[in-house]
Amino acid sequence: MAAISREEVAHLARLSRLAVTEEELDTFAGQLDVILQSVAQVGEVAAADIPPTSHSVPLTNVLREDVVTPCLTPEEALSGAPDVDQQRFRVPRILDEDVAS
Amino acid sequence: MSELIKLTATEIAGLVAKGETSAVEVTQAHLDRIAAVDDRVHAFLHVDSEGALAAARRVDERRAGGEELGPLAGVPVAVKDVLTTKGVPTTVGSKILEGWRPPYDSTIVQRLRDAGTVMLGKTNMDEFAMGSSTEYSAYGPTHNPWDLDRIPGGSGGGSAAALAAYEAPLSIGSDTGGSIRQPGAVTGTVGAKPTYGGTSRYGLVAFSSSLDTPGPCARTVLDAALLHQVIGGHDPRDSTSIPQPVPDVVAAAKLGATGDLTGVKLGVVTEFTGEGAEPGVMAAFRESVDALAKLGAEIVEVSCPHFRYALPAYYLIAPSECSSNLARFDGVRFGLRVGDDGNRSLEEVMSLTREAGFGAEVKRRIMIGTYALSSGYYDAYYGQAQKVRTLITRDFTAAFEQVDALISPTTPFVAFPIGARTADPYQMYLADLFTIPTNLYGGPGISVPCGLSDGLPVGLQVMAPTMADDRMYRVAAALESVVGTFTPPAL
Repeated sequence: MAAISREEVAHLARLSRLAVTEEELDTFAGQLDVILQSVAQVGEVAAADIPPTSHSVPLTNVLREDVVTPCLTPEEALSGAPDVDQQRFRVPRILDEDVAS
Repeated sequence: MSELIKLTATEIAGLVAKGETSAVEVTQAHLDRIAAVDDRVHAFLHVDSEGALAAARRVDERRAGGEELGPLAGVPVAVKDVLTTKGVPTTVGSKILEGWRPPYDSTIVQRLRDAGTVMLGKTNMDEFAMGSSTEYSAYGPTHNPWDLDRIPGGSGGGSAAALAAYEAPLSIGSDTGGSIRQPGAVTGTVGAKPTYGGTSRYGLVAFSSSLDTPGPCARTVLDAALLHQVIGGHDPRDSTSIPQPVPDVVAAAKLGATGDLTGVKLGVVTEFTGEGAEPGVMAAFRESVDALAKLGAEIVEVSCPHFRYALPAYYLIAPSECSSNLARFDGVRFGLRVGDDGNRSLEEVMSLTREAGFGAEVKRRIMIGTYALSSGYYDAYYGQAQKVRTLITRDFTAAFEQVDALISPTTPFVAFPIGARTADPYQMYLADLFTIPTNLYGGPGISVPCGLSDGLPVGLQVMAPTMADDRMYRVAAALESVVGTFTPPAL
């Protein structure tokens, strides 16, 4: 039985913000199915009482002294941006026009 | 061909320090070599000739001024394109960052500069370090100098091929599931993955943050240790950096080179010596185990029963972290933006940008990760993989109560022909079968050349406990002292 359908892959692509083509969906559906069936092997391990590991080193929040230190200039910080407006990142429309007006 | 390019980093640094050659001469010799062979090897995505010669001149001036130079001053180094380099293009092998010139240096690159090494350029890699052959680079594959029709391993195939092709004596890689060690094995070079947290991730473009580990690549174990010493150590800018000094890996490599392993107990991983590895790989490995025993090491078999689940656990954990990390590629702050015609919404532009900017393997992993993290599947996939990670860590802990270090072949197979495994993504994943457990545990691992199979290099992997990186260098250097180094046919 397939672990994942073409429709589910299309849903995943939308969640992942990937405007995949119909042709890609055909290819990815088969490939993702093989991968998911293989990785599902982790389910064979009896691990109900085992704590999960997210990191191999203990994670502690690291803070620096609250003093001013040199950092990027606005020009440097914006140097790789696709679009810039008055020292800001310019983004495409985020609200519908009738909402925005 | 200049003799300078055949020298080890140790030899080059010695000649520069004594004034018997200059850093500029050494750098020029390597730039000439790159110009002569890289159209066939394609190890580099960007060669920074001007920057390299300027850095070399500064080293020569400092020496002329009587300054004492560090142990690698004047030595050229190639850097995997996953590390940011101020003003020098950094693409991560992806179209989504084509043309990006970072406004800052990664900590590793900063330390390389401070040490007086000379950065030649940026090396090719699988896109976002996701791959085992460098075929997933958006800029075309790198070719293995041993056989140009074969892969150089991945994701750091460029960094390994540059060493084997004598384009650089040192290079930097990053290892999330084997991307330093596996390319080292299939190109006949040395690749070391330090303890997680032993080298800084600041300025390393993130793939899987709980696993990503930058590290040294070289043609000899001592050179790798010297590079490890230069780039390693605590970095306050990385919250997972371990606040302890680097173990003395250079002294360990020198000790190992004496060829005495008396008192060292090594465990051969039972699960990695059965089926799954090619006969030629196993033959070279077995001979090396005998050689290590002759040097005085006590050899025992150690079973690590959960290692067989490392590959599936990894291919859930790494994609999950990647799906989150790569959300930053939204077409706003850096890189590509596609379809912004003034009418489309942010979300549409974002989806078109990511569709155009990411290659197929990156898309597959983002979607697998999104799936594994989604409610309803989380417990069975990502949650279960994290529990398996605990069990693999316990296998390592139990093993290191019995032995000083574990050994196995680095890879199940030698370099395969370009194109042989791209049709079936899971077949590609198997290349990392033996290297992945170390990443999940967080300890150090090194691949050292141990022989040839049908004329192609085979690597032996040494795995050590967390923050005992010195142990693996000792064992690797001891093996190197008997099997020697391996030179590919002339290009």
